[in-house]
Amino acid sequence: MFLTDPFFWEIVVSGLLAGVMYSLVALGFVLIFKASGIFNFAQGVFALFAALTLVGFQTGQVPFAHVLSWLTGTEIHNWGAGLPTLVAILFSLGVMILLAWVVVRVVLRPLVNQEGIILFMATIGLAFVLEGLGDLMWGANVKTLDVGLPQGPSDTIIDATGMFVEKIEISAAVVAVILVVALMVFSQYTKMGRALRAVADDHQAALSVGISLETIWWIVWSIAGLVALVAGIMWGAKSGVQFSLSLIALKALPVLMLGGFTSIPGAIVGGLIIGVGEKIFELYVGPFIGGATENWFAYMLALMFLLFRPQGLFGEKIIERV
Amino acid sequence: MSLPPTAEAAENDDAYAAAEEEHGLNPRQVGPVIMDIRNITLRFGGVVAIKDISFDVREGEIRAIIGPNGAGKSSMLNVINGFYHPQEGEIWFRGKKRGAMKPHEIAKQGIARTFQNIALFRGMTTLDNIMTGRLTKMRKNMFWQALWSGPAEAEEIEHRERVEKIIDFLEIQHIRKTPVGRLPYGLQKRVELGRALAAEPQLLLLDEPMAGMNVEEKEDMCRFILDVNEEFGTTIALIEHDMGVVMDIADRVVVLDYGRKIGDGTPDEVRKNQDVIDAYLGVAHD
Repeated sequence: MFLTDPFFWEIVVSGLLAGVMYSLVALGFVLIFKASGIFNFAQGVFALFAALTLVGFQTGQVPFAHVLSWLTGTEIHNWGAGLPTLVAILFSLGVMILLAWVVVRVVLRPLVNQEGIILFMATIGLAFVLEGLGDLMWGANVKTLDVGLPQGPSDTIIDATGMFVEKIEISAAVVAVILVVALMVFSQYTKMGRALRAVADDHQAALSVGISLETIWWIVWSIAGLVALVAGIMWGAKSGVQFSLSLIALKALPVLMLGGFTSIPGAIVGGLIIGVGEKIFELYVGPFIGGATENWFAYMLALMFLLFRPQGLFGEKIIERV
Repeated sequence: MSLPPTAEAAENDDAYAAAEEEHGLNPRQVGPVIMDIRNITLRFGGVVAIKDISFDVREGEIRAIIGPNGAGKSSMLNVINGFYHPQEGEIWFRGKKRGAMKPHEIAKQGIARTFQNIALFRGMTTLDNIMTGRLTKMRKNMFWQALWSGPAEAEEIEHRERVEKIIDFLEIQHIRKTPVGRLPYGLQKRVELGRALAAEPQLLLLDEPMAGMNVEEKEDMCRFILDVNEEFGTTIALIEHDMGVVMDIADRVVVLDYGRKIGDGTPDEVRKNQDVIDAYLGVAHD
């Protein structure tokens, strides 16, 4: 019986932990979608850009080094000394907040009142611009990110249960839980959170009670930037900071379809289901159909959901009034 | 401005004196002009929604804007609260000319409103909805809010007290914790009024507060509007289709038709105005 098989439980646990990583990315999508009705295609690139910036600050890279060298004829690529990890993280957060401001001013403000699809297209453009900017600022080479998180498998868990679990994935899970709780508290119990929910519900009404949409958007995109930074740190620490990191956004899509685009708990549960689901599917069904099912399982599951429950598990039911 | 505002004001004073004599209107309500709308013209491309309209609102009065469909009533309200920016004309609020402002800045100045098609935060409870109305009154910044301690908490309690008073006033205690999306239409309208009241507005704009209500709900809403005006001394400008209601509760009425002003005065004056009668009943062309 597979329930008594320790290997099965190892798969479940590692699936859950991998799912947390998906959820981290999905969370950024949900936040922006709720507050401004925009599906931010650039969220994955946000995570990449945040991770690149963090590594850059940490290792003392000079931003735009190649451009500067070309302009001035010097060959300075490094300040010689990097920033301590914590300071570098704070600086990166500052950069993400600045980026959020620029996005609101340059992309969102001129497109106020436009169709959702137009804003979506704009975020695709934003993704390309940001990817290019990241390349230009910090270079395209693969970087290692070390923020002092424990690496390797956890010996205590191996000794206790015989399961092989990565320490970094446990950290990711803990951080994700803290982040979600913090976001919930912020959204439910503070004045700003109330304003955020108000904007998510009705733009016009929000304006009429004195809420500035631009300020709220700035805050929301900044929070999404923070979430991207956390996701970037976790993914970067696990598999290195490389440009393929921006593709994790694609994995967040099925998570969102499962959980619902407007639900924070949905993003978490969706991530967990997909994380566990794809591992178990690969283990028990994979061998019969040639393996490598992890590449498509999530998308297939999402398709099933689109057929039978298009609003996802926790999303708002879409009611079209005629 | 060609016409000195004083002359107009004096004229209105006379109108008031007459109205008081006639109806025994309570003189407590009427103060100086709080909002003066001067020669507003609003165009959407080639369509002129409002053409050269001027009128004023006095402190403490109930001012109605009426007119047939498409007359420009809602557009007028949207101009006052900043959703639309007129191409021509001036708006004077509390003795100051208003520059181009955004709706949320105007809300902070003390102008609250409700909408023709209810615009509530449907996912939130009645209590939370009305609390959002207090946002402009909250002083403590995000930092305090984040810490959730001391002054911010004291402030939150103070705001809760005000909100509870409004909830009592509107008799919606039983739905305090209900998400407003689930409430019947009449109650939603009442919650929306509550949210506007929570801002303690200097000027309250109501866009068809009684549209789509049954007789009983209409009577309730009428009573609330009159009570708000009397007890809090709130100045109210409202749009309404129900003539009976308007003539009963409004101190003065301005009548629009095809974006133009065709009448302005006490309900009785307006009722006798030939242009108004023509606009509502149609006129024979020969």
